[in-house]
Amino acid sequence: MEFGLVELSRLQFALTAMFHFLFVPLTLGLSIIIAIMETVYVMTGRPIWRQMTKFWGTLFGINFVLGVATGLTMEFQFGMNWAYYSHYVGDIFGAPLAIEGLMAFFLEATFVGLWFFGWDKLSKVQHMVVAWLVAIGTNLSALWILVANGWMQFPVGSAFNPMTMRMELTSFYEVLFNEVAQSKFVHTVSAGYVTAAIFVLGVSSWYLLKGRHIEMARRSIAVASSFGLASALSVAVLGDESGYAVSHSQKMKLAVIEGMWETEPAPAPFTAFGIIDSEARETRYAVHIPWVMGLIGTRSLTQEMPGINDLVAEAEDRVRSGIIAYDALMTIRKDRANTAQEVIDTFEAHGGDLGFAYLLYQYVDDPRQATEAQIVQAANDTVPLVGPLFWAFRGMVALGVLFIAITAYFFVVTNFRGGRYPRWALWTAVWIIPAPWIAAELGWFVAEYGRQPWTVDGVLPTFLSVSHLSVTSVWITLVGFVVFYSALFVVEVALLLKYIRKGPYLDVEETEAWMQERRARLRGNARPAPNATPAE
Amino acid sequence: MVLFELIDYDLLRVIWWLLLGILLIGFALTDGFDMGVGALLPFVAKTDIERRVAINSIAPTWEGNQVWFILGGGAIFAAFPPLYAVSFSGFYLAMFVVLAALILRPVAFKYRSKREDPRWRSMWDWALFIGGFVPALIFGVAVGNVLQGVPFRLTESLMPIYEGSFFGLLNPFALLAGLVSVAMLVMHGAAWLALRAEGVVATRARAYGSVAALAVVVLYPLAGVWMAFGIDAYTFVGEVPVNGASNPLVTEVARGGSWLAAYAERPWIAIAPIMGIVGAVLVWKGIRGNREGLTFLASKMSITGVIGSVGLTMFPFILPSSIQPDASLTLWDSSSSHMTLFVMLVSTIIFLPIVLIYTAWVYKVLWGPVSEETIRRDSETAY
Repeated sequence: MEFGLVELSRLQFALTAMFHFLFVPLTLGLSIIIAIMETVYVMTGRPIWRQMTKFWGTLFGINFVLGVATGLTMEFQFGMNWAYYSHYVGDIFGAPLAIEGLMAFFLEATFVGLWFFGWDKLSKVQHMVVAWLVAIGTNLSALWILVANGWMQFPVGSAFNPMTMRMELTSFYEVLFNEVAQSKFVHTVSAGYVTAAIFVLGVSSWYLLKGRHIEMARRSIAVASSFGLASALSVAVLGDESGYAVSHSQKMKLAVIEGMWETEPAPAPFTAFGIIDSEARETRYAVHIPWVMGLIGTRSLTQEMPGINDLVAEAEDRVRSGIIAYDALMTIRKDRANTAQEVIDTFEAHGGDLGFAYLLYQYVDDPRQATEAQIVQAANDTVPLVGPLFWAFRGMVALGVLFIAITAYFFVVTNFRGGRYPRWALWTAVWIIPAPWIAAELGWFVAEYGRQPWTVDGVLPTFLSVSHLSVTSVWITLVGFVVFYSALFVVEVALLLKYIRKGPYLDVEETEAWMQERRARLRGNARPAPNATPAE
Repeated sequence: MVLFELIDYDLLRVIWWLLLGILLIGFALTDGFDMGVGALLPFVAKTDIERRVAINSIAPTWEGNQVWFILGGGAIFAAFPPLYAVSFSGFYLAMFVVLAALILRPVAFKYRSKREDPRWRSMWDWALFIGGFVPALIFGVAVGNVLQGVPFRLTESLMPIYEGSFFGLLNPFALLAGLVSVAMLVMHGAAWLALRAEGVVATRARAYGSVAALAVVVLYPLAGVWMAFGIDAYTFVGEVPVNGASNPLVTEVARGGSWLAAYAERPWIAIAPIMGIVGAVLVWKGIRGNREGLTFLASKMSITGVIGSVGLTMFPFILPSSIQPDASLTLWDSSSSHMTLFVMLVSTIIFLPIVLIYTAWVYKVLWGPVSEETIRRDSETAY
């Protein structure tokens, strides 16, 4: 692979986005787990829940700042490295990003400071509300980012305006309630919840293995296993919802994930295993599970799902239609005020395929001059690399199944086997800690790499979206980010490990005072608790 | 859908130009003192406990303050996409340096006091210094370049092509603007420390603050005179379609004359530079008279005046092009569509007041002097 401007810009975006996404899932889930723990503390008054809340809160804080720090890069990188993209779709894409800042990130960032510094300045209930506000802010943040990302996958509610040479908003409602965005949101936040649950489960298991902080570890496992099981199940169910949404918005992505070259008769089977041969355009040694794909993709037994080869033929038609649109656009652009109505009508009819004509820019300066061979080539370009997507998807699904199994096991042992965890299970929980991150990154890869060659599906090709920068500049920032981020990552992991080894700060006095009061209350000679019902 | 036509396109554009100003000023007024405290850190605080006093005076709220910056970026993207595309790709390496400095900051706050090792702490203290000083300088340098016009072109498909270099940004006028920015934010940081910190940190902050206020009083008018007589302004040639489609190439722009013409045309805008200078003078007096509350307000007034004066002087220009003046971005021809501006305005009207209310509440809850005793008492939770 030759490293030109486009490849370097893509590499930089992928690295910074994937690095940012190392911190986001844990923040999403841990904010909720902490709010749950603090709620239990407020309801029961038991000091151990407060100590647990503070302990997991410390780890949350160490992780949270890196999410914030790397998020800064994301907010500005579109303008820095993807200037044409920013101009071309900023009218639609910018709005959710701005609203994210206004509605979600302000909430999260303002209250996270109060949460850490407000223990002595707020009442118990107030402090718990602050914990929930942080969790809500964090999750709303994900909603708006995925509304923006969902639009890149399935660009609804917008149209090209020849006067301004860009896409413009036609319906905010459609952008907001884009089905792809909605299913992506729930799938992504659930994955974040699983990440945090597995993290809490693993760290607590390590304490049990070492015989330390047993009371806290057991309670943490109880919270994490039930929260984790619910989330792992919802990832799977909502992942299926994602599959259904993709099936009519991004047929190509689905076919590629499936390694499905030819249109299969309905209902299509799911290929559990196979060797992809992109040269010969076939998937060898495929192990099929009948009906499953058709059911996920179409929710019916009779609807067909198109294969890659048919989709390429469809793309070829759209390239030709795009050339007509391009020709009309050039005529409009010459004299915008006095364009003949028929030219405008032609553009209206074919404008939706304009992006397909842009694919030809790779081979020819004016898409209207493209040869037959170049048109065929452009149509072939709409197929992302099949092998990596096919395997990344299967890796993600396999890990998802593993998470369901492990959280279910801990849930059962906690609730029905008296919490007698065998050592092998505890060790498994420790070793599995990195797995949710791998699954999350694979999922990210499937979604974004599967959208290639487009930044906005069918609208704007990736190679056209980049800024007009020198290769040297991008090398400088790319190397800079890699070095800088690696150093921060090492520091972060070292601090997390330090604080895990250190364990929670147990306030013995506080606990004993509470125990005494409780014993006194059980003996019946204490003053009534404030929330006791008045005597009948 | 005709709902968005309730507000005329030209009015929406003016509102968004104002909101952009409000966001930038909001950023300077809140995160500005965080950056000022960062830049002052090695000078106002020598020992570890002194440094913790300075850091903890901003520790609980810097994160919320920084959102003004992120929101500013998002709002530029949403309301003026060509501005977002041209400026950040044009100032590419400068932006990278700003990002690197700003990335250091959150990490430094959180990680600094997590280990006892003095070398570790000293390293993060310098990171906080960089995270305060470098962005303050570069933001000023950027404004200095915007006033002069930036070497970019737009193709027929509105692809921005920048033809300057990183070092081209560092011209004398821009560096002067950078110094004004640093002086202003250091003044703001010092005013904050005088208000919140106790003991020797506050005393030293007063000394540095009065120097910084004097620097603003001298350097800002100097930059103004230079701008008036040494820099070419940009003006529209002929009719300007204020309700037209957002395509910068449609209008014709000439380079020449002085930005001072704006003050002849709209004399009332002189209030901005006057606020800038008077505010700084009041800071200088307030610091010497130990009137911390007033000093901080005066500092806010000065910053509002200085930033406001740049916007009002250039109106309606936002980012002029020095090599293809017709491509200059103005609020009339580089905004988002009518509908997007409307949707964004509605969400701002709903959410910005809510943000302001809870931010004020959080500041109120966390209010109180930060001293060496309070740090020792809360050593576990404090940064």
